[in-house]
Amino acid sequence: MKNKYIVMNKDDNCATALVDINKDEVIKYDNMNIKINHSITLGHKFALNDIKTGDFVKKYGQTIGIATEDIQKGDWIHTHNIMSQYLKEVLNL
Amino acid sequence: MNEEFMGYERPKGKVGIRNKIAIIPSVVCVNHIAEQIANKLDDAIAIRHPLGCGQFGPDYNNTFRTLVGLGSNPNIYGVVVIGLGCENLKSRVLAKNINRTKKPVEFFDVQDIKGGSTAAIEYGIKIGNHMREEANELKKEPFDFSNLVLGLECGGSDSISGISANPAVGIISDRVVELGGTSILPEFTEWIGTEHLLIERAINENVAQKIHNTITGFIENLKGLGIDFLGVQPTPGNIDGGLSTIEEKSLGNIAKSGKSPIQGILEYSEPPKTKGLWLMLEPGLDIESMTGLAAAGAQVILMTTGRGSPCGNPVAPVIKLCGNPKTSDWMAENIDVDASQIIKGEKTMEELAEVLWLKLKKTLNGEQTQAEKLGFDDIAIWRNTASPFQYMHCK
Repeated sequence: MKNKYIVMNKDDNCATALVDINKDEVIKYDNMNIKINHSITLGHKFALNDIKTGDFVKKYGQTIGIATEDIQKGDWIHTHNIMSQYLKEVLNL
Repeated sequence: MNEEFMGYERPKGKVGIRNKIAIIPSVVCVNHIAEQIANKLDDAIAIRHPLGCGQFGPDYNNTFRTLVGLGSNPNIYGVVVIGLGCENLKSRVLAKNINRTKKPVEFFDVQDIKGGSTAAIEYGIKIGNHMREEANELKKEPFDFSNLVLGLECGGSDSISGISANPAVGIISDRVVELGGTSILPEFTEWIGTEHLLIERAINENVAQKIHNTITGFIENLKGLGIDFLGVQPTPGNIDGGLSTIEEKSLGNIAKSGKSPIQGILEYSEPPKTKGLWLMLEPGLDIESMTGLAAAGAQVILMTTGRGSPCGNPVAPVIKLCGNPKTSDWMAENIDVDASQIIKGEKTMEELAEVLWLKLKKTLNGEQTQAEKLGFDDIAIWRNTASPFQYMHCK
């Protein structure tokens, strides 16, 4: 049975799609059902739980960015709703 | 866990996984002679390189350190150093420094041999054959993984590498470190955006400061030259592929280094001083990078690729993993481990890591990698140091 997504670390709050996932599709993760709120293209990410504005988005068990708006479980995560913490806080850009 | 591999004991407690004779030209002028000699010997390599003369100061030292390192690598039983005679990187000095390993080293200059290049080739073959006979006497013995130095490399990456082949390499790097071995991550341009995470893994404040200074120094150099590196990262192609931030992109790269603590940063081609995970200064050209890893003492290199690469190294076998299903199919002869089962959803990361672990052990025990079978053996030396010729342009 083909996995539709991969979670790189148990601490992550996002998953990476291994196939194109349709909007409104329901996927199972960790005994919970997640309704996918947007079409997710292969290689793109979606939220495994609700993420509030300013919260860290985690992949590989590490912070990959900060939420710039409230993100709902099942939402597509990309440049429209997260920004680099590195550019903001390390390089002050 | 009682993990072992079969290797060749070298002087001073080193262990090789290959038993090669290296023919090392001290200068580009005798590359062809070195190659002709190596071609006539069993299991011999010629370290062809374009340098060795007209170099000054730190630029010379960098080339010298790299050639000494390649000859000193424990995969090499013995070395024949060949000079022309008039170059500034002297065969005698190179041989003397490789001989610090106590392995057999011979040297000669072509200008000292009556009869020109043909006589020099015949002379080199005679010395090389004698060394080969000695090397063949050695028998393999079991050694534990504290004797292993692993190199971590990636080339021709795509957005799939970071979620497939690279984390699998990270699991194996951590395992080698847990077993008392050493692992080296080069390519500092692909640490950018993750230095705060690398710093968290530094074993002490001094190492943390060095990591910070390395990245900051590079960014300052870019600014000084008016180059906007970070303004275009991730690239539009990366973003289309799903990478949202610079740290997400670099995390995919540094995933190869697992979670182990970082012992320090090595200069290019500098052997690690202790066991554990080390970073190495090197900007990311695969052949330069793998040359530096082999010169630092890596006996084997794990290289991930997404778009596909045939590259190898003459001294350290290179095991190639590919996470992209199309590349794994189209360039199958250049790939050792098909990591595309992750993207196909057919294997978990842990299962893929086990496949890689078995491949690593087979390679250590003597099985040839695809790059070895196909003869990919290029050398490139990173010229990363001050040279009087820097920034010279005609006006």
